[in-house]
Amino acid sequence: MTTDGTAVSTGRGILGYGAYLPYRRLDRKTIAAVAGTGGGKGTRTVASFDEDTTTLAVEAARNTLRATPGADPRALLFATVAPAYTDRTNATAIHAALRLDGSVPAMDAGGSVRSAAGLLRLALTGADSALVVGADIRVGLPGSPDEAAGGDGASALLVGGPADGPVLAEYLGGGAATAEFVDRWRTPGDVRSKLWEEKFGENNYLAAGRRAWTDALKATGLTAEQVDHAVVAGLHGRAVAGLGRRLGLREGALGDDLSGTVGNTGAAHPGLLLAATLETAAPGAVIALVVLSDGADVFLFRAGDALAAYRPTRTVAEQIAGGAPLPYGKYLAWRGLLPVEPPRRPEPARTSSSAAVRSVDWKYGFVGARDRESGAVHLPPQRVSMTGGNVDDMEPVPTADVLGTVKTFTVDRMAYSPSPPVVFAVVDFDNGGRLPIELTDMDASEVAIGDRVEPTFRRLGTADGIHNYFWKARPVRTARAAEEA
Amino acid sequence: MGSHGIKDRVAIIGMGCTPFVEHWDRGTDDLLIEATAEAFADAGVRKEQVDAYWLGTAQSGMSGLTLAKPLQLQGKPVTRVENMCATGSDALRQAAYAVASGAYDVAMAVGVEKVKDGGFQGLNAFPIPGDGTARTLTAAAMFSMVVPAYGEKYGVSEGEMREVLSHIAAKNHYNGARNPRAQFRKEIAAEKISAMPKLAGQLGVFDCAGVADGAAAAIVVRAEDAHLYTDKPLYIKALSLVAGNGSGVIDPEYDYTTFREIAACAEDAYRQAGITDPREELAMAEVHDCFTPTELVLMEDLRFADRGTAWKDVLAGAFDLDGRLPVNPDGGLKSFGHPVGASGLRMMFEAWLQLRGAAPAERRIPADGRRLALTHNLGGYPGDMVSFISILGSELG
Repeated sequence: MTTDGTAVSTGRGILGYGAYLPYRRLDRKTIAAVAGTGGGKGTRTVASFDEDTTTLAVEAARNTLRATPGADPRALLFATVAPAYTDRTNATAIHAALRLDGSVPAMDAGGSVRSAAGLLRLALTGADSALVVGADIRVGLPGSPDEAAGGDGASALLVGGPADGPVLAEYLGGGAATAEFVDRWRTPGDVRSKLWEEKFGENNYLAAGRRAWTDALKATGLTAEQVDHAVVAGLHGRAVAGLGRRLGLREGALGDDLSGTVGNTGAAHPGLLLAATLETAAPGAVIALVVLSDGADVFLFRAGDALAAYRPTRTVAEQIAGGAPLPYGKYLAWRGLLPVEPPRRPEPARTSSSAAVRSVDWKYGFVGARDRESGAVHLPPQRVSMTGGNVDDMEPVPTADVLGTVKTFTVDRMAYSPSPPVVFAVVDFDNGGRLPIELTDMDASEVAIGDRVEPTFRRLGTADGIHNYFWKARPVRTARAAEEA
Repeated sequence: MGSHGIKDRVAIIGMGCTPFVEHWDRGTDDLLIEATAEAFADAGVRKEQVDAYWLGTAQSGMSGLTLAKPLQLQGKPVTRVENMCATGSDALRQAAYAVASGAYDVAMAVGVEKVKDGGFQGLNAFPIPGDGTARTLTAAAMFSMVVPAYGEKYGVSEGEMREVLSHIAAKNHYNGARNPRAQFRKEIAAEKISAMPKLAGQLGVFDCAGVADGAAAAIVVRAEDAHLYTDKPLYIKALSLVAGNGSGVIDPEYDYTTFREIAACAEDAYRQAGITDPREELAMAEVHDCFTPTELVLMEDLRFADRGTAWKDVLAGAFDLDGRLPVNPDGGLKSFGHPVGASGLRMMFEAWLQLRGAAPAERRIPADGRRLALTHNLGGYPGDMVSFISILGSELG
């Protein structure tokens, strides 16, 4: 075991934060009736059939950037344990959906929850601003503890220094303990992880956690009593709970690990817990983030005055409150664990890579075109206007953050979909454009003319192993409805 | 410049049409041979006497070889035509224009589609490589969006809309039941149609055209030569085609209660034919009833009814077999099914039978002196379609 207590006083820290929890919830009580075992109390979040870790990451990152005026990350760092692709980088699709400049590097760190903590550490101790994104979809075999304890979600932290914007929470320093012990393992391609005897992992994590914690306090000159909020993330539930009790914190300082409502979101969880903490912390508060994964990582922050004025696009709390139930059978089908009869229609053809490159601003960025002469908005962008005769007299119209209204709609019970029926609407966007677009995160009976909807980045499907990312629309349900009022 | 048409310059002298059914036992070649053989026999023409061929098929074959090989054509020009659901009609348009130009004396248009070998329900388009952002709904779903839009704009309740759509389907099934070449030959009560479970929007299975294999063919010559072949030619009065710019899909002004391309196509066709009051001058119309709401909107776009009133005319029976203007007397796409490349020529085949008095008595349109028929196809979706209209007549002038 090695350890490294580090103190820094660069003034760097968290400039912005955001989280994304998918709309659907699985009630753990419903598991045992089908699987014969497993389940438990509470709910877990479930990524929709049209979401993967890349799209979850986009939503969390959008929430973060929208809430952080002037955000200009100079790097995009993405961690997941369930990458949509291997060999190629997933962060590039996130980069494209966020419309970051081509000069901004984007990279993945995959394979373990520790990658998320590692990227955060790199960003906090680095020089440039960076958007650190974590996303996961946690799966286990039906009835398994991982299935019930897991959760799906994403988090994004914008990290930088005072020159990059107001620092919401300054990084004071931290500690790390790296330890090699095989308590959980999954070979690439497997759905399920396997676990060693639980007490073995717990002992190792408690030792690593205590050591990193001690070093972090020593490095920052803080005592455990001075920590106002602490959260612990990690896939070993007993170790997470056990370490929390042993940190020597004041009564009430240990934050909810969200296992009862969200579940453990793997690589997203450290950022998610930190975001949830920042939502309620007062300026001046000392915040500790502990991550138990193949050792331990501890990060200590002090909330700054700017935190009081920061308004998350959607708080973790309201996203937890805002979901809707999903039957267990549908959950299994969405995760590919219950093969169901596909629609008797031809599967969509694979996306053309060259065509996708030509339309990257539209496909990933949802950028239309406005005729400079007539003002007519074209979704997708056109070179020749539908009004007037001008060629190439268009300006870009970013539409990803524009709300729209349902003008007419249909429910297609025959179209190919990974989860029929397809709910589809003609949507007029507030910027003047119209697009017939698939709706998501809703039941087919809900849709009505006049509904307000907002774009959301989704995976339309996969053909020949090529994921087809594009935008759908979902009902406006949360903070943005209030924003409108 | 202008769309002048070729009124009375070209005549149809023979036609053929296979039954439109699920031809499990017959391939594209068989269907082509059957439809063309009937047309050759009808006109009293051998394949060697036809100077040029146009073959319409959306996806049952590539190039003119699709026709040249099964017919064993020797040294003939054969052009393959594709224009979505207007494919067969556009083949006829090419053949007619070629004859009108003087380039050929005798030309043949053939339409064929082998739909049922795909192994799926419904029609399925060729996958064209793209960026993956194009919508992938069924046509039924796209056309279903007309229903709430029309109802809302004209104050027609959901129940009334249902009654109107069921009347259209029941009428076409009634007509198809009297047509031995139609796929579905059973009358279906409007109440039963209304009660079907919904597949897309408010549309049930009986609101959708059938799916079938089939072929149809027509032989055309200069009008002045027509009587060398037949005593009862059919003269081409107008052929109009409009390919839309797709703006309806992205234009917030578009309201899903009309098809702009068809309204424009109708204006052009009526001008070519010299028609001013279609509902009085036309004896019948074969229209593209791919879905019941489509036929409703068509009645207004083709000016068979004033805007917002077609639903009342439908309920009053104005377009029934014995109505003011019979629409789809052969049973339409509803009863025939829709072998894409063949449908337009199948419609003309009904005009061929009716205007020449050859339609069987049980579905004959009223003999009231009117001598003009209209056929219409659309391909695509509301807001994004091609439209074709022909006007045919049994007399010159």
